[in-house]
Amino acid sequence: MIALEGLCKSFGGAPVLRGVDLVAERGENLVVIGASGSGKSVLLKCILGLITPDAGMVRWKGAALGPDNRADFLARFGMLFQGAALFDSMPVWRNVAFRLLNARPALPVTEARARALDCLARVGLSERVADLYPAELSGGMQKRVGLARAIAAGPEVLFFDEPTTGLDPVMAGVIDRLIADIVRDLGVCAITITHDMASVRRIADRVALLHEGRIRWRGDVAALGSDPDPVLRQFVAGSPEGPIAPTG
Amino acid sequence: MTATGALAALGRAAIGALRAVGRVALFAGRVTARLWMPPFHGSEFARQIVAIGWLSLPVVALTALFTGGALALQIYAGGARFSAEAVVPSIVAIGMVRELGPVLGGLMVAARVASSIAAEIGTMKVTEQIDALVTLSADPLRYLALPRVLAATLTVPVLVAVGDAIGIMGGWIVGVERLGFDARGYLRVTTEFLEAGDVVSGLVKGAVFGFIVAVAGTYAGMRSGRGAQGVGQATKAAVVGASVMILAANYVLTEAFFSA
Repeated sequence: MIALEGLCKSFGGAPVLRGVDLVAERGENLVVIGASGSGKSVLLKCILGLITPDAGMVRWKGAALGPDNRADFLARFGMLFQGAALFDSMPVWRNVAFRLLNARPALPVTEARARALDCLARVGLSERVADLYPAELSGGMQKRVGLARAIAAGPEVLFFDEPTTGLDPVMAGVIDRLIADIVRDLGVCAITITHDMASVRRIADRVALLHEGRIRWRGDVAALGSDPDPVLRQFVAGSPEGPIAPTG
Repeated sequence: MTATGALAALGRAAIGALRAVGRVALFAGRVTARLWMPPFHGSEFARQIVAIGWLSLPVVALTALFTGGALALQIYAGGARFSAEAVVPSIVAIGMVRELGPVLGGLMVAARVASSIAAEIGTMKVTEQIDALVTLSADPLRYLALPRVLAATLTVPVLVAVGDAIGIMGGWIVGVERLGFDARGYLRVTTEFLEAGDVVSGLVKGAVFGFIVAVAGTYAGMRSGRGAQGVGQATKAAVVGASVMILAANYVLTEAFFSA
């Protein structure tokens, strides 16, 4: 459903992506892992069009993603940001219903609110939360509201950017379970970037390891622990010794 | 440093400043072009009318009141040197309406609004809220910049008009209470002396200054660097940029309206 072909991107002459090839299919969660600074976020932003790649292309449903079809792609897209990225000037329910209220034609306010409440219930949040502002919520609740916003318009594609960063282990488990359920129930094409290996094992169908700007390893989540690749082994073990050099 | 080196440095600074002006102008053009492209975010526009216009009223009114009073005292003292104390009402009126009302109003709005816009949008950028807008199919220029630019362009002339009236009132209070002018006579001279062109030029200046303030704030916010320092620098750049552009635009507009 989404295919990356030879994606390259440099910043100030320093290459971050050096020809990334990757395919994500409908109904699966492809988890991209990699060390900090390995280019995972750049990869997501290239797909979204927030960063223009120097070379290569992104295909969606077989067609090259560009100015002609990006609006169509984004209309079928939802994303959970690392810090939730909720709009702090509006209450929770308006955050969740943002796309519905600003679509053309826009959904009537009462209908949009009802849809927002359904989505909040889907992520385990009560109606009481709907009229609070994001600053009044805990980090875990903000992530769940972000998840509700991502699914509010019935997306075909979902991106999760470091979904468990900054959460306690219990809340991380809650978010992971919600992500796994949503991907399975909605049958969407999901791409997650993370370096939380516990999370990877809970939500991934397939895994790709990004290292030095290229996909170093890809395979089923079940093969993560048994592959002899030294980079993968170091990353999975979280060992300071090995071919992955700390950035900076 | 040699003379050549100094000239080269001056040239680089001038080219840098021109580039910055060009980038801001292109940004302003991209925002303005969206005026004719639906959708228009009416609720965000209404929110900005209140935030930029209504909430700036106290600071603009107080500035105008004290400026009008001080102007009356200065003109009286200066006019006394050649026995022209009677010009106080007419000079206060023309000074407030043509120059001090719009310029001081614009600068006060720049301090209050450009900083607030830059800080808000800069924080939104740092916390990925602007990226989130894109992923939710909302154009950040249309959703964030256009309502602010439009609201400031429409409300600052109203603030200027209110400031003009309050500034003249400040001059009237000082003129009557401290300088011994007749209350009715002061107002009669003011209304007889002012022409429609004086008022219109001030309101046009207000609209241009409002546009500059909002463009400077949104531009700086959207180019904000990372972290608290980046947002702080964006805020400073917005206020300094807006203030300098207001003063430059004021000279150009004054030339256009009043040059012989």
